[in-house]
Order: sequence, then C-alpha cells, then structure tokens
Amino acid sequence: MKTFKKGGVHPAENKIAEKAAIEVLSLPKRVFIPIGQHLGAPAVLQVKKGDKVKAGQLIAKGEAFISANIHSSVSGTVAKIEEINDTSGYRRMAVIIDVEGDEWEEGIDRSASIKKECTLSTEDIIAKVKEKGVVGLGGATFPSHVKLMVPQGKKADVLIINGIECEPYLTSDHRLMLERGEEILVGVSILMKGLRVTKAMIGIEANKPDAIEHLQKLTAGFSGIEVFGLKVKYPQGAEKQLIKALINREVPSGKLPIEVGAVVHNAGTALAVYEAVQKNKPLVERVVTVTGRSVIKPSNFLVRIGTPVSELIEAAGGLPEGTGKVISGGPMMGKALISLDVPVVKGTSGILLMTKAESKRAVVQNCIRCATCSDACPMGLEPYLIGATAAMENWEQAEKERVMDCIECGSCHYICPSGRPLLDYIRVGKIKVGQTMRSRSQK
Amino acid sequence: MNEVVVYSVISLGAIGAIAAIVLFFVAQKFKVIEDPRLDLVEAELPGANCGGCGFPSCRNFADAVVKTQDLRNLDCPVGGNAVMAKVAPIIGIEASEKDPLIAVVRCNGSKTYAPAKVVFDGPKTCTFAHLLHAGESGCPSGCVGLGDCVSACKFDAICIDEASGLPVVSNEKCVACGACVKACPRSIIEIRKKGKKDRRIFVSCINTEKGAPAKKNCAVACIGCGKCVKICPHDAIVLEKNLAYIDFDKCILCRKCAPECPTGSILELNFPLRKEKTSVNDEKVHTSASEKPLNSINESNQQE
Amino acid sequence: MNLLTVSGSPHIHSGNSVKKIMWGVVIALIPAMLVSFYFFGLGAINITLIAVVSCLLFEFLIQRFIMKTAVTITDGSAVITGILLAFTVPSSLPFYMVIIGSLIAIGVGKMTFGGLGKNPFNPALVGRVFLLISFPVDMTTWPKPLESAQQLSDVISGPTPLGLMKEGLKSGETVSTMLHDANMPDYIDQLVGNVTGSIGEVSAIAIVVGGIYLLIRKIITWHIPVSFLLSVVVFAGIFWLIDDSKYVDPLFHVITGGIMLGAFFMATDMVTSPMSKMGQILFGIGCGLLTMIIRMFGAYPEGVSFAILIMNAFVPLINSGMKPKRFGEKVQS
Repeated sequence: MKTFKKGGVHPAENKIAEKAAIEVLSLPKRVFIPIGQHLGAPAVLQVKKGDKVKAGQLIAKGEAFISANIHSSVSGTVAKIEEINDTSGYRRMAVIIDVEGDEWEEGIDRSASIKKECTLSTEDIIAKVKEKGVVGLGGATFPSHVKLMVPQGKKADVLIINGIECEPYLTSDHRLMLERGEEILVGVSILMKGLRVTKAMIGIEANKPDAIEHLQKLTAGFSGIEVFGLKVKYPQGAEKQLIKALINREVPSGKLPIEVGAVVHNAGTALAVYEAVQKNKPLVERVVTVTGRSVIKPSNFLVRIGTPVSELIEAAGGLPEGTGKVISGGPMMGKALISLDVPVVKGTSGILLMTKAESKRAVVQNCIRCATCSDACPMGLEPYLIGATAAMENWEQAEKERVMDCIECGSCHYICPSGRPLLDYIRVGKIKVGQTMRSRSQK
Repeated sequence: MNEVVVYSVISLGAIGAIAAIVLFFVAQKFKVIEDPRLDLVEAELPGANCGGCGFPSCRNFADAVVKTQDLRNLDCPVGGNAVMAKVAPIIGIEASEKDPLIAVVRCNGSKTYAPAKVVFDGPKTCTFAHLLHAGESGCPSGCVGLGDCVSACKFDAICIDEASGLPVVSNEKCVACGACVKACPRSIIEIRKKGKKDRRIFVSCINTEKGAPAKKNCAVACIGCGKCVKICPHDAIVLEKNLAYIDFDKCILCRKCAPECPTGSILELNFPLRKEKTSVNDEKVHTSASEKPLNSINESNQQE
Repeated sequence: MNLLTVSGSPHIHSGNSVKKIMWGVVIALIPAMLVSFYFFGLGAINITLIAVVSCLLFEFLIQRFIMKTAVTITDGSAVITGILLAFTVPSSLPFYMVIIGSLIAIGVGKMTFGGLGKNPFNPALVGRVFLLISFPVDMTTWPKPLESAQQLSDVISGPTPLGLMKEGLKSGETVSTMLHDANMPDYIDQLVGNVTGSIGEVSAIAIVVGGIYLLIRKIITWHIPVSFLLSVVVFAGIFWLIDDSKYVDPLFHVITGGIMLGAFFMATDMVTSPMSKMGQILFGIGCGLLTMIIRMFGAYPEGVSFAILIMNAFVPLINSGMKPKRFGEKVQS
C-alpha cells in the first residue's frame, strides 16, 4: 500500500464518531460570521446594521486576489457589525445576524437530487467557485478559485483529492464520502474541468475501508477518477506528503504543488464546489465532527457557518464534567479554544473535547538527543535543533536550518520522549524568520 | 651533553629572533591608527555593553562620539548625565543635561483586575504566548506576565510580582536602556521621563478596543472616554483609537486627570496621598481599604 | 471555576518518555548481567551493585547540593551508567576503585556538562578509561570464569583472549599456535561467555539478545551496531586475507573483547551518537576502524572504549556535516 516515505507518526486513531451519520443541526438563534474566515485578506463588508438578509446572500466581498466571498448562512436581521473573539481570543470583525425563519436567496437549489451534467466552461467554473466563496475545507481555508487558476508557464496534469483525514478523532470527511459520495465525484469532475486535467486521484487512508469501497464502486460512472487506499500514517493529509505518496513527486522547498503539476483539493471542498456550480449554493454550511472520549454523543453535524461552538457541544450531549480543553480541529494541528462562544467558520473541521487528564502535557525534560524527532519529521528537518535555536533566539541559524519548511504537523512534539514543546518554539521561529524574510524582500 | 644544551639554546634563540623581526615588521605594516580619545571615552563609559544607546557595545558608542564630535543625538542611558558630563570635555564640547528616563509598564491588568479566563500551558515565553492566544485574561494587548522583559534586562531591574503577575521596574536599578521595550511582544513597556522625585503620571493601559470589550476583560482598562483629555489644562493628553496617552514632555504632573478616570487606568506614582475631597471619583474603584489604592501607588508599595 | 487550558498543538502525546527508554535499556542489559553473575559469581554481583548505587548516589548529591536542580535519578540513566561501568571492569576490582570510577563517570563524564542529554562523551566509558589509566594493574587482572565464581578468597587470574593473542604475536608466535594455546578458549566458550574478561562483555550471545530487544523496542536503530560490526569484519578480514599467520580471523575479533557490548550498548548511547542515519553509519564505521587499529597496532590489546570516546568527540562535527535529507531538497535548483 502506498504512503509517503520520510518521517511520520501513527497516533491512536480514535475515530469515535465514524459510525454517526451526518445530522442537520437545528438553526441557532444568532450567528456570528467573521469576514475573515479564509487565508488572505478579509472580505469587504456589503451589509450594514439593521439590514434584512436571506440565507445565501452575499454579505462581504473578497476583493483582494487571495480572498473569498462571505455569504449569510441564515435569514434574519443584521443585529451588529463588530469585533468578536476568534479562536485564539484576538478580535476579528464579524457580522452578527439574528435568525428569523429560514428563507433562502432565489436560484439556490436545495433539493437532494443529483445533477451530474456540467456544461459550464472552465472560466465559468472558476467564476462560480469564486462567487460562491468556496475555500479549502481541510483546515487551511485557501480560496479554492485561486488554486484553479494555474499560473502562467505552469501546467497541472493531475488533480489530487484529499480524503485522507489523517487527524485522529475527526470523521467529517469520512462521513461525507460515505453519504455524499456521488456528489463529491461530480465535484471532482467539475474541478478536473476547471483545471483542464483528465486525471484525478482520490487518496483515502486504509482505516476507512467502507469509504474506499463505496467511492471505488461509484467511480465506474466517471472517467479519469481513481481511488487509492493509502497506509495509515500521519501527516498524510498534508499536501506535500499526499503528493509524494500518490504520485511520488517532491514539491520543492518553498514552492506550491503546481510546481510538480499537481493540485490538491479536499474531499469536502469537492462537495462544496459541486454545490456551488451545480446547485448555485454558496458555502454557508459544513460538516463538523464533535467528538472526544468524554463526549456523551459523538456526532457529525451539518452546521451553518457562524453557529457558536457551544451550541454544537450542547447538541452532542453537553459539556462533560471536567473538560480541560476544547480544540477546534484535530488533536495534532487544532487550536485550543479560549472560549466556547466562538463561531464555526469555514475551516472548522471538528470540535474535540479533552478531559483535564488528557489535556495535561508531559513534563519537560532535557533533550536526550535521541533523534526521534528528526526521524518523525515528514519534511526531513531537525526539530530538536530548530527548537533549540529558536529558544536561543538565533533566528539566522533557524533560517539556515530551514525552519520555514516546517508544516507544523506536530509529529516532533508528539513523539518526543522528553516531552519538549518543540513545535511551540518552531512556531515562534517561523514567525520571526518570516518577518525578517519579508523585510529583506522589501528592501 | 653540553653540546645538546648549546645547540638547543642557539637554535631556539635564532627562531625567537627571526619571529621577533617578522612580527615587528608585520605590526608596523598593519598598524591601525586610532584616535587616542577613543580609549579615554570608552574608559568613562559604564562598560555594560547593554545596547541601550543604540550601538552594539560601549566601544562602538565611543567611536561614534569621537567621530561625530556631537552629543546631541548620542546618549548613554546607563551612565546618564554624570557620564556624559565626563565624556563631553574629552572631545572638547559642552555636555547638555538630559532628563533621566525609566522604563514604565503600561499595563495594570493584575490577577485581581483582569482575572484569568483560561490557563496557558506551554513554554514560558511571552513571545509564544502572544502568538498563541490573547492571554489568560483575554485582553489582547495586556501583559501576559511570562517575563521576557525580565530575561532581557541586564541590570536586574525588572521582576515579575508574584501577587499581581505584572512586571515591576526598580526605580534605582533601571537605566532605561530599552532592552525590555524591544523584548516585549506587545510593546507594553515604554521609556518615559523619570520625573521629579520619581513622580510620574501615565495611562497604564495600551488596549485600543472600544470601552465595553476592554472593560469586560480588565477592570482598569482605558475605555477611551476622553474625560482626561478634556480636563487636562496643558493639552498633554491625546486620545487615539480609544486609548488615552499622556505626553510626558507636556505633562506638568498637575494630577488633574487621574481622579477623572472612571476606570482608574491613569496611574500616579510616588505622589503624596490625596486629600479626601479631591478623591470623589476614586470611590468608584476604591471599594475597600484593604485593596491597594489604584490611582496612587507608591513604588515601595508596589514592590512588596 | 473550571478554566479551559490553552496550549499550542499537538494536543496529544505518544506516551514515549525518557524513563521508558532508559529502563528499556536496563532490561536489555539483564541477560548479559545474568551470564556474568553465573561466570564470575559474587564478585560480579557486588561490583554491579556498588557501581549502580554509587552512580545514583553521586547523581543525587550533585543535583541536590551542587547544581541545585530537580533530582532526576529515577529516570534510569544513572542506573545504565552504573551497569555499563561495572560491565567494563574485571570482577576482582577493589570496591573503592569502582566508587571512584562512578564518581568520575557521573561527576566528570555527565554532570559537568549539565546532566542528562548534554554530555559529549559516554559517561560510563569516561569512568572506565579513567580507571584503566589510573589503576592499570587492577584493571587488567582478569579473574577466570567459573573458578573465580566458586572460590571467593583467592582469585585465580588469567589473560583475556585478546591479551593472550597480542602477547603471543609480539613474541613471534603465529596465529594458529596461539589459537590452540592451552589458555585460549574456543569460539563456543567465547560466544557463551566462558572466558576471562570484563564482567559484562564476555557473552556475545547474551549481549546480542539484549541488542535485539532494543531493536524491537525501537530504542536503538540498526545503523550503529551493524556499521560498527561490519567495519570490524571488513577491516580484520582484509588483514587476515593478506597474512593469516599474523592477523586473526574477523570472527575472533567480533566475538572477543568489548566489541559486542560497545556496538550495542555504548556506541548507540543516544546522547553521544550522531543524529542523522548517515551520520550514525559513519560513526559506526569510525568506531570499528579505530577499535581495530588499536587492537592490531596499538599498545593496548583492546580498543573499544578509546575508539568510542574518540568518535564521541567527532559527533558535533558529524552532526553539522551530515544533515538528514530535507523534503523537496533534491529538486531545488
């Protein structure tokens, strides 16, 4: 079975919610929709306080090259436009809408019927994806239409669909592939058309045999799409590692996947593209896994963007006694929340609750130079060294050690026998080195 | 036996003589002519190489002094006026008196006023905590209290107060070199005038949020109401982005602003206690006698 | 109030710990220890115990009263140092020398550099080499196996196979006569451990069993032991093929002396070995070559500890010179 060669770890999978079918979460009373939910510049506001909005209506426009449109996920009145806490407690501008009924913009097809034929041209597909505010749903939230616009002089020859879901606990992509498989495949063929490629590869880890089998059966009806089962290994869902695993090409350091002729989209993004192009439906809802060993009812919810996290936890049986940590995303790369009032955004793939005991970090000891971190690093870096140089604030050395190549997968910290917070230091190094690199390029 | 001694003495002596001649010519050839005043200036400097003057070492500073012959833009914050007065005659000019400066921590969000809402677990550096989240209190510009300033200080002049969780600057030890200012990821520390009898008035907050969210996280946040701006007779206070700032060049320490502040975010250091009648507004914040008076903290008090 | 914790990702940990690694090594040392107890009796038990206890004690005292840091003697690293030190000395060594060796191993070899993880040299070998240079007679008086286990009062000593071979070759004998010398044990005895030598190094089989355990637990990787042993075999093999009357066959070299113990337990010490796989292979080859050079041409009959210490000194150089291959590097212009 294929996998990437260098590094990687295998944390306990803990896919507790994999059997829980996707449930539609009831509408919240109020939604909080940040205008910067994606990588790149925040969108520009299009509504003001007191405006009546319908679900699917554009409320903020992505005007910069790397930006994305934001649509209202509910119908109601704009109560406030003000700064709210984001996941890390810093304040971001958001539109707060009081929900009234559930009225949708005209032209949006919300029926379950599957529309397979797509007659739009490549340019129209890209325009549609852009208009409907589709971004990468794997977590990085890179605007999808930008990925479809292949830069001059480069050529894509293969589309890779990421159905890996290598993060432990998370199951939202798994459920989507099982329940909405056919729609995902239509989305994939639309993306292929958008990229002008004839070949698409779907990578799924072997711990989801039902999804592999299901999609393999369905691909019979589509040309050029192939499904591959991959050996379970973290971080296989990382773009560069997935490309290496599937087509054995290495993306050069500091470059994008298009350099080797590949474009990677998440399975969930494929579904969003299908809905945007075929059903005219903007990205206003997504599947979020609410899980954790202490969670009473681990579930996968179809949630409107902007719903507060606390409502999701309520629907999954409430906040268990003695919860020590609430994480937005998976346990390896997710962010610990500072409050439960933060809203679900386009990049929220899961909410993971950890007990006090689970959230306790290992005691930090001296580095014993065992090199397990170097062995585990999928980018072939030496985390112990970068961590030490960053702790000593030796940024030049950190840059020489290629700190910017780090994909922040967390394998080094996960595996370290001394429990050293290597990634924490490396993150500081990345920020500092990034600043100096930017100021250098400006000169 | 004798021969061995003689030969070794002769050969070693010859090697020594040749080496001496070579070294002599090399030294002549590569001689660096230095201004003799450079050493004199350097001898007067404190020699801490703290970088507070903007140069990497005291020698670099001395070099700049000798080269520019101008002390207007050069100052050794560590030595202060005493040292500069000695340096000036060496290059033959008059020293100008400069006001002594000190580092001031512009955050009063102690554990009481800005209680923790979450617990931070990770490396004990402010840089990382700042990168990761808004801080335990939730204030995005408040002090995270992990002591990057403490480790940056070469003069042992700053320490984290256990009870409040905030850094405290020592009046005596601080030389205003500015190392802590650079170390603080949130730019909370500012170099300000030390003031007569160490008396200082400043807004102890740098939060630029609007009143309500700022107040939510911290009881002593500046809410940008502008009352102090209105009362100030010398136009020393400006309000920008919901935050008041007292210009220490204009301020004459008249103390009119502090009682006006509804949250008590304007701090008065080392002033005698106010008379009762002027402290009407203080009652809002000074609820109990046991609590530290907000608007007039004495340095000795703060260091406890 | 129940406050949430905030920390950077990752939020889970593998559960791997320094303790697990160190005690894993201790477990791997047990077979060799049992063999030594069988062949050298009470002497071996005493020396092992004294070395372990004094290493723990010195580490405790230094951490508590000199460095004033948290005491970490339970992590097992001092236990390993003690066992390895005991393994590399003869079972008849006076007790006070063992204690001095432990002090040097922990005090000079480890704590002066800042404790676990910061020492450039293998502490046990530092202690051993110190003893070897300071007390050359006691350190090269080897009790005979089995006999010394039964007789406690009067230790019968004899030369090690390597010493015997070195002396014989020096006095002009050929290899084949030396191999059939009355004092020379046959290969089976050497594999089992029925030979004169340091406490822990005698039984090649027991050490290999421990080494395999380490490999299975993934505490060590194959790179250092394999490259070490292979380079010994190749180097010895070349000379043996050139002149088999002057040079012993490679098998003899591999199973006698401390090479097995060195290859599996000393050279693989994480702290003092290189980080990258290529560096580890280079390190192993260096150890093997130096050992053979000392054995064949040096003054000492055995050279494993010197070889490893010398290579330890090269580790920083190897580390900065041999980086792991970065992802996406080869295609970069």
